[in-house]
Amino acid sequence: MNASLTLTGLVPLLPEIVLGLGAMALLMLGAYRSEGAAVLIDSLSIVLLVIAGVIVVLLPQGKLVTFGGSFIVDDFARFLKILAITGSAAAILMSIDYDKREGQRRFEYSVLIVLSTLGMLMLISAADLIALYLGLELMSLPLYVVAASHRTSLRSTEAGLKYFVLGALSSGMLLYGASLVYGFTGTVNFAGIAHSAAEAGTGLIFGLVFLFAGFCFKVSAVPFHMWTPDVYEGAPTPITAFFAAAPKVAGIAMFVRVAVTAFPGITTQWQEIVAFVSIASMLLGSFAAIGQRSIKRLMAYSSIGHMGFALIGLAAGTAEGVQGVLVYMAIYITMTLGTFAVILSMRREGGMVESIDQLAGLARTHPTMAFFMATLLFSMAGIPPLAGFFAKFYVFLAAIKAGLYVLAVIGVLASVVGAYYYLAIIKTMYFDEPAEGFYRMPDELKVVLGFCGLFNILFVLRPEALVSMASAAAHSLF
Amino acid sequence: MTSWPILSVVTFLPIAGAIFIAFLREDEDGARNARWVALWTTLITLAISLILVWRFDPGSADFQFLEKRPWLGGAINYSMGVDGISLPFVILTTALMPISILASWTSIQSRVQAYMIAFLVLETLMVGTFCALDLVLFYLFFEGGLIPMFLIIGVWGGPRRVYASFKFFLYTLAGSVLMLLAIMAMYWQAGTTDIPTLLHHAFPRSLQTWAWFAFLASFAVKMPMWPFHTWLPDAHVEAPTAGSVILAAILLKLGGYGLLRFSLPMFPQASVDFAPLIYALSVVAIIYTSLVALVQEDVKKLIAYSSVAHMGFVTMGLFAMTAQGVAGGIFQMISHGIVSAALFLCVGVIYDRMHTREIAAYGGLVNRMPIYAFAFMIFTLANIGLPGTSGFIGEFLTLIGTFRVNNWVATLATLGTILSAAYALWLYRKVIFGKLTKPSLFNIKDVGWREMIILAPLVILTIVLGVYPKPVLDMSAVSVAQLIDNFQHAVSSVQSAGLAR
Repeated sequence: MNASLTLTGLVPLLPEIVLGLGAMALLMLGAYRSEGAAVLIDSLSIVLLVIAGVIVVLLPQGKLVTFGGSFIVDDFARFLKILAITGSAAAILMSIDYDKREGQRRFEYSVLIVLSTLGMLMLISAADLIALYLGLELMSLPLYVVAASHRTSLRSTEAGLKYFVLGALSSGMLLYGASLVYGFTGTVNFAGIAHSAAEAGTGLIFGLVFLFAGFCFKVSAVPFHMWTPDVYEGAPTPITAFFAAAPKVAGIAMFVRVAVTAFPGITTQWQEIVAFVSIASMLLGSFAAIGQRSIKRLMAYSSIGHMGFALIGLAAGTAEGVQGVLVYMAIYITMTLGTFAVILSMRREGGMVESIDQLAGLARTHPTMAFFMATLLFSMAGIPPLAGFFAKFYVFLAAIKAGLYVLAVIGVLASVVGAYYYLAIIKTMYFDEPAEGFYRMPDELKVVLGFCGLFNILFVLRPEALVSMASAAAHSLF
Repeated sequence: MTSWPILSVVTFLPIAGAIFIAFLREDEDGARNARWVALWTTLITLAISLILVWRFDPGSADFQFLEKRPWLGGAINYSMGVDGISLPFVILTTALMPISILASWTSIQSRVQAYMIAFLVLETLMVGTFCALDLVLFYLFFEGGLIPMFLIIGVWGGPRRVYASFKFFLYTLAGSVLMLLAIMAMYWQAGTTDIPTLLHHAFPRSLQTWAWFAFLASFAVKMPMWPFHTWLPDAHVEAPTAGSVILAAILLKLGGYGLLRFSLPMFPQASVDFAPLIYALSVVAIIYTSLVALVQEDVKKLIAYSSVAHMGFVTMGLFAMTAQGVAGGIFQMISHGIVSAALFLCVGVIYDRMHTREIAAYGGLVNRMPIYAFAFMIFTLANIGLPGTSGFIGEFLTLIGTFRVNNWVATLATLGTILSAAYALWLYRKVIFGKLTKPSLFNIKDVGWREMIILAPLVILTIVLGVYPKPVLDMSAVSVAQLIDNFQHAVSSVQSAGLAR
């Protein structure tokens, strides 16, 4: 690799460059047009993200490496970048109506999301620890700000502060781990680490554990999940929808890439850690969600559980496993965004409501909304023939092949426990006497919900389309 | 071979009807249209499924009407086909669906469109389960059936419907997920989930053992076998009449069908090893649940417990692995499908009039409802297993099949038939005979035209199959013979290998 950077060396970076320049242009536009431009900037941000997504697709095929090997675009990165961009764009789309009604029309909001997405793309493509940290911080800092964006609300500011303090702590741990790994291998490049870390030393394992702790925080896996319920509950709902989707994708991406490409020599060691994290997340996600009354807190625990299931695939440590993770994340995003589209529609006179009881009798007052919501919930519970079943199917398939029987058995049993609280929501919607109806669902939320719902129903007809893409993406890592 | 995918048509036609109903308006007209659309959809499905019978070659043990399309990539395909074991169940399903729709004609008044959609989707999933020739596809249909049934019990059920629907869903799900893991293990071991291939694949002993238990976990809950049966009385009691009919007549058969299709031929060694366990559970089921049935005060609960007892005969017969035992098991399932469905329909008839299922609330109905009393009598006798009714053939065949293998089991099970006579006759006497003393019953009307249309075919089938069981037995005979052949072959080859070592 030539050390001096030519213009063609920037090609793999095009989506990021577009997003970065675009975000700054939007910032200028917003500063000059002031508050009135919020909707315009929201729309332009979505357009910008779509353009970036199209560029990701149009980039030359194969493995592109630049910046002396610290930035890499392979099928794995392409797959996850598309997911992250989709999640962000949908989150901005879903926030438009909310911001309008709550009087929170601030243009900075969508610019911050674009910047955070830029960080995610960096993170997904990072091939050394420095680039990884840069991407991670660029992703996280806007998140802290948007979590607190409801600046007059005590809950929102508390959520932002809590997220920031714990996030900073986890970044510190991650940095410490990175420095240990650097100290014991003499390089920050993943390929280089893999080369010199052919066998496990105590120092290296220490570094690995600290790195993984940081990753677990970002994907909200047990035991570093504590921030999740509070932040999900406190943050304004569209922000929660954003938190639940795109950053999780980026977090899982870095988790998988580091584990698989930087530490292939000590797979058996990190497999144990990931298996433990996975089991703990699934169990906690399933059991703790049962008692929740607030649907946002419930979604927090549900996402913890889902991360546990996704990590089963990583615990397998094989290409099949990574493929399972990717399929899981793609389906997880649709389930989460669709569900949040419903949560964002829970509005009647007097503002938003967040308690599960308020969904009572939704099947009578809003039959279509209830139908899609029930579909998504059954899908999250992993009931065939919905997409969520296939998400679980592929990770468990990989786990069984890798001989992780205990993990698999605990996993399926946790999914049965998890089914209970999804069923409880369906019961509220379908079996209970109707509560007062909600306001009419905004059109953009209808689009998101309809798309996600239909995706989950119709996935069974052509599953191999997504699966083969995920398979190609997974094999690009091995 | 067929030129058009007849099995897919039979399977997915109900879904097409359901989609059509989804676009009907939410008013009185829409509800009426929904009923008619559902009825015609199920009738056309029945007609097409009868073409299957007509074109089916009972002389061949192979799967017929095969369809295969790439689906999940790898070796997991969309693959459909029926043989002599699955075809009777397909017909049972398609035949009972129009009856269930008719049984819900007036008793379901709220959210009729949604109800009909749920039933049609359920039909697709049930028929699909019996036709699937790929394990993953089978699991998809098998498990997907939980969703509509959960909603049917929960939305249109009785007072404790929430409890019953959750119990039903979670119990069944907990059993099935372990089977899913076993399916995955089999996939990695054999490299395919194609059922015809797996039927001839020799799995290693250790895998056989735990996969057998994983499959049993699922089927024992579904069947249900004692002691995993406790969800059944709740679900039956709370479900609307047609829901109980489908539950008893078809969903329970999925368990027996699964044991026959997967557990026995794919894990023959484990089946031999653990047959005593199955015998023990079957005998307990037959005797214990019959005793429990004796003390029930709720009509539906009594029939639910009697279902568990009858399923005990099925498991006993299947695991005897003799020609009579297996054929009897299949016949018993078909017969129980007809008889239990009919009994629940009979309960529905009086429930629609009196809105209570308590046995004590009835008595002397014969004075006001002679036709009803006659139909109920036929089904009661069939439930007991009286010669001349379909119930007798199934019980008798399973008993002689088992007697050849294990005298004690057969003897104890025979005792159960006495108990079944006791509770069934007791129920009949309490409800139908005696003096008509309860004032609320003075004006009760006999069965109307619609109810007559529902019950008449079941009465005829019960008697015809009791006198002339040949059609069903012939349909499955060759497949059963081959199943037993393969089974004996697999077991003896393992044993001779063991001796050689």
